[in-house]
Amino acid sequence: MLSVVDLKKSFGDLTVFDGFSLTVPRGGFTALVGPSGCGKSTLFDVLTGVVAKDNGEISWLGETVCHLGKKAAYMQQKDLLLPWLSLLDNALLPTRISGRNEGSSEKALYLFHRLGLQGFEHYPPRKVSGGMRQRCALVRTLMFEHELVLLDEPLSALDAITRRSLQSHLLLLQSEFEKTILMITHDVEEALLLADEVLVLTPFPMDVRERIALDSSKPRKGSEQGLLEIKEHVLEELQGEL
Amino acid sequence: MTRSNIISLTIILVILSTWELACRGLSVPDFILPAPTQILGVAIFQSHILLPHAAVTALEIVLGIFLALFIALPLATVMFSHPSIEQALSPFLVVSQAIPVFALAPLLVIWLGYGIASKVLMAAVIIFFPITVSLLEGYKNCGTEYVMLFRLMGAGFWDTMRLLYWPWALPFFFSGLKVGVTVATIGAVIGEWVGAQRGLGYLMIQANARLNVDMVFAAILWLSAMGLAMWVFVGFMERKFIYWNRWS
Repeated sequence: MLSVVDLKKSFGDLTVFDGFSLTVPRGGFTALVGPSGCGKSTLFDVLTGVVAKDNGEISWLGETVCHLGKKAAYMQQKDLLLPWLSLLDNALLPTRISGRNEGSSEKALYLFHRLGLQGFEHYPPRKVSGGMRQRCALVRTLMFEHELVLLDEPLSALDAITRRSLQSHLLLLQSEFEKTILMITHDVEEALLLADEVLVLTPFPMDVRERIALDSSKPRKGSEQGLLEIKEHVLEELQGEL
Repeated sequence: MTRSNIISLTIILVILSTWELACRGLSVPDFILPAPTQILGVAIFQSHILLPHAAVTALEIVLGIFLALFIALPLATVMFSHPSIEQALSPFLVVSQAIPVFALAPLLVIWLGYGIASKVLMAAVIIFFPITVSLLEGYKNCGTEYVMLFRLMGAGFWDTMRLLYWPWALPFFFSGLKVGVTVATIGAVIGEWVGAQRGLGYLMIQANARLNVDMVFAAILWLSAMGLAMWVFVGFMERKFIYWNRWS
């Protein structure tokens, strides 16, 4: 279980969050939804250790840690593929750096196959579409040995069609590789389609306004009546914050 | 041939033909300003004189480049990995460029002698600066998100250097190197002017004293050709090293 208790971070007079807590059960998928500028990215910066927390406790699988850097895989809106490496070499970067190369090429090739990237292993990133680059970034994220995955708006740069197919890939791969996922997004529908639990956030200081637990039936359809009602409700809440 | 090529060729032809016609029409003496055809004749038909001197100058420049690389690569890397060292060293770097190389030349010749060592060092002093500065700039230009990704992968400094910073900085490095090789001739030639027994700079001083102005111009022509050749070679190496630019 990932647990964050009473986390505090401020920059000068600006308190981004104070007493912020959340838990993600092992194997769970929690999404954080909030208006832009509410401090979601700062939360990820604190979790990954890019900036130091002022106060509070972060623990993963019962072990209290300073931050989750080196314990979590991380994926964001930009694919961050290196132009001087082929798609396959980009995907193999985490294992190449950690030195655990055994079986890594097989795993990567399998994932390329699963995500429809077979035949493009040796292509340079610049020669393939944005959707393919993001799929490659997803493969790289799964190549991390870590069970915990932090997703920072991972699909928001993609067009609607590509995004939809990647969402279903993400779900399948989560259950297949038993990953625990914490995702931040401003796409309410995406959060409702993918997550087991959605936390609606309020800004200044950031806090959880509402927890929405979703039933475990996946994949869900965006057109389901129940989901549409929740989406409308969440959007109203978020608009009320602005 | 592209439009810009045609334009530059036209400009050259206009300048050269005006020069040629002026020399012939106004009967300018050779020891004041020789005509372009005469300079070309000397550059080609007296190449047995020019070649040994050009070889010495070329050797000085090439060794100067290697010495500059030998200093600049570790220096830029250390300065990048330790910002305190960068802060401590940058005033010295600037001073090393603020002192005119002309002022150093006589001293270096006294210290290192009339051989090639003083010229190699002069060339290196000029070249290492643009290389160091541009490489350092290239390292610093690296995207912070990429650096963070490498940190989350648990990469140490040398892994990050090898896989991220170095390839990222390569285009910067090469633009610094291009600036370096084009000004490298300055260092070598000034060194030869001050005191040498061989080299194109030495040849120019000798020819100048005898009013062999056509030979002075021929030496300048050879120097320019050498500079251009080095520029082209560095461009070739750049395309070879930055292979991913050819992919798209």
